[in-house]
Amino acid sequence: MATVNITIDGQKIAARAGSTVLEAAREAGIDIPTLCYHPALPPEGACRVCLLEIEKQRTLQPACTFPVTEGMVVHTRSEKVISARKFVLELLLSDHPLDCMTCEMAGNCELQNLAYEYGIKESRFPGIQHSYPVDDPNPFIERDYNKCILCRRCVRACNYMNGVEAIGVVYRGFQAKIGTAFDGYLEDSPCEFCGMCVAVCPTGALIPKQRKGQGREWEFKKVTTTCSYCGVGCQFDLNVRNGRIVQVTSNWDAPANHGLLCVKGRFGWDYVHHPDRLTKPLIKKDGAFVEATWDEALDLVASKLSEVKEKYGSDAIGVLSSAKCTNEENYAMQKFTRAVLGTNNVDHCARL
Amino acid sequence: MTNSFDDIANDAQVYFIIGSNTTETHPVLGMRIRQAVKQRGAKLILCDPRSIPISEFATLHIRQKPGTDIALLNGIMHVLIAEELYDKKFVAERTEGFEEFKAKIMEYPPERAAEICGITPEEIIEAAHLLAENRPGALLYAMGITQHTTGHQNVLSTANLQMLLGNMGVPGGGVNPLRGQVNVQGACDMGALPNVYTGYQAVTLEASQKKFEEAWGVPLPNKVGLTVVEMINAAETGKIKAMYIMAENPMVSDPDVNHVKKGLEGLDFLVVQDIFLTETAALADVVLPGPSFAEKDGTFTNSERRVQFVRKAVEPPGEVRQDWWIIGEIARRMGYDGLTYNSPREIMDEINRLTPSYAGITYDRIGTQGLQWPCPNTDHPGTPVLHVGKFSRGLGHFSAVDWQPPAEEPDEEYPFIFTTGRVLYQYHTRSMTGRSEGLDAMFPEAVVELNAGDASRLGIADGQMVKVASRRGEVVAKAEVSDKVEAGVVFMPWHFAEAAANKLTIAALDPTAKIPEYKVCAVKVEAAA
Repeated sequence: MATVNITIDGQKIAARAGSTVLEAAREAGIDIPTLCYHPALPPEGACRVCLLEIEKQRTLQPACTFPVTEGMVVHTRSEKVISARKFVLELLLSDHPLDCMTCEMAGNCELQNLAYEYGIKESRFPGIQHSYPVDDPNPFIERDYNKCILCRRCVRACNYMNGVEAIGVVYRGFQAKIGTAFDGYLEDSPCEFCGMCVAVCPTGALIPKQRKGQGREWEFKKVTTTCSYCGVGCQFDLNVRNGRIVQVTSNWDAPANHGLLCVKGRFGWDYVHHPDRLTKPLIKKDGAFVEATWDEALDLVASKLSEVKEKYGSDAIGVLSSAKCTNEENYAMQKFTRAVLGTNNVDHCARL
Repeated sequence: MTNSFDDIANDAQVYFIIGSNTTETHPVLGMRIRQAVKQRGAKLILCDPRSIPISEFATLHIRQKPGTDIALLNGIMHVLIAEELYDKKFVAERTEGFEEFKAKIMEYPPERAAEICGITPEEIIEAAHLLAENRPGALLYAMGITQHTTGHQNVLSTANLQMLLGNMGVPGGGVNPLRGQVNVQGACDMGALPNVYTGYQAVTLEASQKKFEEAWGVPLPNKVGLTVVEMINAAETGKIKAMYIMAENPMVSDPDVNHVKKGLEGLDFLVVQDIFLTETAALADVVLPGPSFAEKDGTFTNSERRVQFVRKAVEPPGEVRQDWWIIGEIARRMGYDGLTYNSPREIMDEINRLTPSYAGITYDRIGTQGLQWPCPNTDHPGTPVLHVGKFSRGLGHFSAVDWQPPAEEPDEEYPFIFTTGRVLYQYHTRSMTGRSEGLDAMFPEAVVELNAGDASRLGIADGQMVKVASRRGEVVAKAEVSDKVEAGVVFMPWHFAEAAANKLTIAALDPTAKIPEYKVCAVKVEAAA
């Protein structure tokens, strides 16, 4: 690996040639705050929170887009840098609702975290604030652009992760906002509701509608598992509170999908808690189902299967296992068919 | 899949997608292919009768008539051979049967192939040139290739093409069937098939029989069993008297569902284990409530042969018990204790012992990244790409494959080709997605895709209710008039029990693979009264 020698805050670092100052710093364990930067997206240089002092540069430079060069000397926490960072944060907060107490993202909001770190309670720049209506009727994504900091992570996610480019920056200047072509609803755009925009949004501007009012970020237990739909086998984190799933979040370490998800994986889990779920064994009596105990149901199944096996032979029984069940369950089912029923009549819907 | 998602996404210079609506049925892979095309200029050849979302990103979209894939593939290979664009070194060193195969291919000059497929010879030539000029290339298919009476031969043809191009055993290449359901790969690997034990050990092979008899402590049958569709047929004729169905819904998913209903209703005893009272469970004598994916521990094996953990996140509702516990209890009550386990881990230990390709895939090793089989021992890192340097069977075998027409072709009475598939917002028989509020709202009912020319000839307007009928049944659904399908073709998603496309489909099977021909039958269309 080709390296270049740089110095960050007095620490000498052999940085990977071609990396940015931000990457070099983070690889060396030096933290530089960011907002528009996301490791799974190309850098944008939009938010200016990562500004640094680089010797021999006339002005402060953004760490996320500035490439390392031999002999570079960088200061990440000089007075000038800290004051610029605070200034940027104050500008961002000047047009951001300070409603963290009811915001779904509180506790996991990158803007909130930076405001806390830099001790900014309010902005010195009172002025016009946007008051956008929050009215996209789609079933999945709430878009509250009053909380948007225009970092463009969502726009990049739509372009560089999904690829349909459903959203971009519409209007200019202070009126600039994220929107679909002609600033309409997502359902009327090429959006596929993969929710990658939600996954990368640093604030509460984009949140899953399903999680609204379901609890605070710090209350969610995250369980990494594998999606129940197609054969890509994406992994994600089920966020659970009080025994119920509240949302699915991307797991960036997942081997088959690297954090990417589709609409079914991210938003299609709610069938798990549907009132139609079967909760007790049922036995049909006179054409209608009657609730039964496990013992009744299992004894009946065992005796009926034994009866058919005795009377007509093992091959008079057929078993369908399932592509929706685990390996362990499928193993048990085929073993049951072969070892207990005594037939090879076992299949599943691989062909369907 | 011979290859892995990562190398396909990162290394392929060209994608050859045939019979896969990738962005709707495997959306995350679809996203990655879209990125490869957009960000690094990879080429994309799409062979699909319909205009589908990924068409927009295709370098070349060939719209062959449903049921003509072999003619198309043979035509492309004709150009590769005739113009000597194929990988001669690979063919010479790693394959056999080339001469006989070549003789067959020579019967399919582009002009003849194009006529069968209803396309132009130029499209076939362009596809061949794109494949020859961009290597490695990854071939991806799904049910559009397999669900034909020639499904088995369709698959052989895709392998022929990739061997001819030398695209086997290399990152970014391969023959890659995309598995439609999360654990189809695993269910097959685990021997939930009528002819094999775990890891594809044949039930007819004495050595495997003996091995499993010893492990399980009982004598085992060595006669190949029945497939899904054969079981249903046997139920109708009275040969099958009882069925145990776990988490499957043949009343929506199987071909010719009127016939499925007759078969299941005629059984002496039907037990269904599921999370919802599906159309199939409604016919059962006993229904056993099972857990959803979020309520269980275990493993799934994805399309790239990667075994990954499934983890319990919430408690199942009511008195739901684990599927493996239920199976073990029935076994115990039938006098067999060999299925009494304490945990999925214990079951995997047994799988590891009995399955060479899974021997190294233990719970201690799966971790966050999973392991791809074959993984023959606990020091083995797993296998991302198959057939590197050598095919599993030694030399890759070229098969001479002829095109044959589908089992049922349009005629005067049933003039349209009927074909089926899935949509982004629904999944399989809708037992899950139909109970997901947002997904179901996005695509709540069946549609009949009709070509605009056909529709205007029949006097059918977009959004109007139409009746579609085949020799087996009829359904009524809303017409979607567009150019998504070409003239003479009708498409329906098959998810919807209310307008079940599988009332129309034909239970004609591929003689080898026993897969039904969902992708082609003949129908007529008229405005619904």
